Amino acid sequence: MKHSKEDILSLLKEVKDPEIPVISLVDLGVITGIEIEGDHVTVNMTPTFIGCPAMDYMKSDVTEVLNKHGITNHTVNLNLKTTWSSDLISTEGKQALKKFGLAPPPVHGNLIEDLDILEHAECPNCDSTNTTLKSPFGPTLCRSLHHCNNCGEAFESFKPI
Amino acid sequence: MTEEALKDLLYKIADDQLILGHRNSEWTGMGPLLEEDIAFSSMAQDKVGSSLAFYTLLHDLGEQEPDTVAFTRNAEQFHNCQFVELPIGEYNFSLIRHFLFDHAELIRFQMLAECPIEEVAQVAKKLKGEVKYHVMHANTWIKQLSNANEEAHTRMQESLNYALPYALGIFEPSQFENDFIEAGIYPGEKAIETKWKENISKILTEAGLTLPAWDSIEAVYGGRYGKHTEHLQPLLSEMTEVFNVDPTADW
Repeated sequence: MKHSKEDILSLLKEVKDPEIPVISLVDLGVITGIEIEGDHVTVNMTPTFIGCPAMDYMKSDVTEVLNKHGITNHTVNLNLKTTWSSDLISTEGKQALKKFGLAPPPVHGNLIEDLDILEHAECPNCDSTNTTLKSPFGPTLCRSLHHCNNCGEAFESFKPI
Repeated sequence: MTEEALKDLLYKIADDQLILGHRNSEWTGMGPLLEEDIAFSSMAQDKVGSSLAFYTLLHDLGEQEPDTVAFTRNAEQFHNCQFVELPIGEYNFSLIRHFLFDHAELIRFQMLAECPIEEVAQVAKKLKGEVKYHVMHANTWIKQLSNANEEAHTRMQESLNYALPYALGIFEPSQFENDFIEAGIYPGEKAIETKWKENISKILTEAGLTLPAWDSIEAVYGGRYGKHTEHLQPLLSEMTEVFNVDPTADW
């Protein structure tokens, strides 16, 4: 059976971020392109952070899902042709992050000059922006640590990059 | 520009990343407070990850596998500046080194992001976004601690004075400096150094720290061409311990 790009993108919605299992790689913006030539499918991916240990898992998860759906003639490339940015996360993806308890990254248009952008992250528990940045580094490379002065909860944010 | 020149450039960047990444990781479990423990561990992970990106570019140019290159060379085969191999010391020194080094890295990657060699530009473009967080983290702590009590201020100033000659060693000119400039790869070490001085001066002034006159500081060169302190070999021995027990181990 011949698949269209749209078919493959919707199949790949099954593949979730191994560390944040509520967001798909498509919504995360990690899948940067699908090319179809005859029966051969190429999936291009870009790393969120260059040192992210989850990238290899993501790549093998993509391969596995393609195989599962009978698309065995494929190539999965992980390269830097497209530079990943948190602005690539879809609206659906941002909602999923928030539901998971992670403040979604603000849209920045590549203009991050200082840590102010992280200073008043919106608390995913109570929506307050009366929050304090505790550290720009968190439990994974893509997260920062915050404290909400309104509800008193500690929370994490997906970093704008 | 020759391939030899390009390798010279990529090796020094890759080795700086790997060695400082290893040093940063020595704070894991030892940080003065939890957030800083996590910060240095994250920066270690970033730096080791970026060293892999550069070793991969070198592998594409015909050098050996990244693991082989990272784990089987002796100290004199490393091209890192001496600055990154110095022991982590007290926290004030590690912070000052992080501040001075990452400011230089950010400028280097911003310049290389415009490099006509596409593969190099792609890596640099990616890394400049990541290193920005390292720089912002460093700026915050440098200002906070230097403006804290007298002991903190004194410690920061002493570490700065100790670190500066080594920090200038980051910009040790390559034997291919003119080739890079002529080929438009990047504007060269002197150009990074000039911009770096400007950027760090601004933050150091806000921090209330004193910069000695630049011409009174003698840069520590040699690291780029295999001359290292006695601290590098023990670091390598520790870093390669698992690899040496079983080079085929996967973890």
